[in-house]
Amino acid sequence: MSRPLQHVEALVIGASAGGVEALLTLLPALPATFPAAVFVVLHLPRERPSLLVDIFRPKCALPVAEAQDKEPVRPGHIYFAPPDYHLLVEKGGEMSLSDDELVNFSRPSIDVLFESAADCYRQRLLGVLLTGGNEDGAAGLQAIRRAGGATLVQDPGEAQAAYMPEAAIKLGPVDQILPLAQIAALLRGLGASRISGG
Amino acid sequence: MDAKIIHKAPAAIDHSAFDIELQLLLDAIYLKYHYDFRGYAGASLKRRLTTAMGRFGCRTLTQVQDRILHEPAVFSQLLDFLTVQVSEMFRDPPYFLSLRTRVMPLLRTYPSLKIWVAGCSNGEEVYSLAILLHEEGLLSRSLIYATDINGHALAQAEAGVYDIDRIAGFTDNHRRSGGRSSLSDYYTAAYGRAVFDKSLKKHMVFSDHSLATDSVFAEVQLVSCRNVLIYFNRELQDRAIRLFRDALCRKGFLGIGAKESLRFSACADAFDELVREDRIYQRKDQP
Repeated sequence: MSRPLQHVEALVIGASAGGVEALLTLLPALPATFPAAVFVVLHLPRERPSLLVDIFRPKCALPVAEAQDKEPVRPGHIYFAPPDYHLLVEKGGEMSLSDDELVNFSRPSIDVLFESAADCYRQRLLGVLLTGGNEDGAAGLQAIRRAGGATLVQDPGEAQAAYMPEAAIKLGPVDQILPLAQIAALLRGLGASRISGG
Repeated sequence: MDAKIIHKAPAAIDHSAFDIELQLLLDAIYLKYHYDFRGYAGASLKRRLTTAMGRFGCRTLTQVQDRILHEPAVFSQLLDFLTVQVSEMFRDPPYFLSLRTRVMPLLRTYPSLKIWVAGCSNGEEVYSLAILLHEEGLLSRSLIYATDINGHALAQAEAGVYDIDRIAGFTDNHRRSGGRSSLSDYYTAAYGRAVFDKSLKKHMVFSDHSLATDSVFAEVQLVSCRNVLIYFNRELQDRAIRLFRDALCRKGFLGIGAKESLRFSACADAFDELVREDRIYQRKDQP
């Protein structure tokens, strides 16, 4: 099954244990010309302010910010879900936060972001699930697939925590299972050339 | 709702049909029961309704609509899915610390105090404020209006009964908020529950009020409305913030949630930031 990614409007990324390191490979790889909005859920301690923006902003070519409630989504921006809030995308093109109950023991939850983004962006969405120690994100990737979007999972063999990518593959199917370096290369090329999943 | 329950969307939802059904359902709820969810942010609403569909054994929102139109008891259950929030006492302790250090000294100058907790859900915030006011020696001249659209939640809030296993977290929050007394001074524990004291309750008035459809009912010196606005779209947020502005006396205070902001609001100009990091605003002096 081929899923051409000619026009990706949004990229959603989910990660848990080991995620900061994996994101340090991926997000700085995105060129300043990256055409899509990027939403990231990384599981974090819920009771502390996040340092993610401070960590990533100086390393990325794209603007990096913590998602604000009802802020309009802008292409070529990286948005992190704040700790202890779910991040959702609205059909009107803005972001929403929620403090609804934990999903997969997590808030923010990857599934909540992925499912709402799938509903908004349909086949113009790319979902990437990285290293992690629980099964959050597996159902969300399937929602993306059902809506016609494309799905990538980090190769569990090289993930710091294999459980999350394995759970996604087991629930599957997913379009591609790739090592981080290849996911980074694929994202770098996004918009520049036609990519297909298999 | 139980925080431990994991909700998963049913295997396949036809979203375009879902969107149509959603709109029809919200219209039906408004026409039949006069609750207006049409200005709620769509993404969370969909998630909650998907959960409700599972609980009611309904395959589509049209089936949910059929049931709520003909079975008022089912509507009342649906209302819980759509509105009940789990909170904590002294949630975000720095917020209460800022109320204590920055707002209370100014509230002290009023001969009597009226405070509005909008969207009080099960009442955790109401009791937290009452305890804070008591510690500051202001409770005896205070009246707290606690409002919500959910009658079950209001009854829970008015009862002031919480599971004892939540008290340790509440106590820790209270201490971190600069609490000067012991939280255990304010409740009686029995049969696995903590019942909060009548001496607090006599300064509270619980009432049904909708930020979507009702108007201002009193002049108040402080509005606390946290993690309610995030569930509204921008128009409804504007309406609610306008109500707060109109309810507040000049120089009155508004506290909103840690991740909420007046930045995108049409009446942001009516407020000054008092404590930016804790989202405490002050109504400007001019009319």
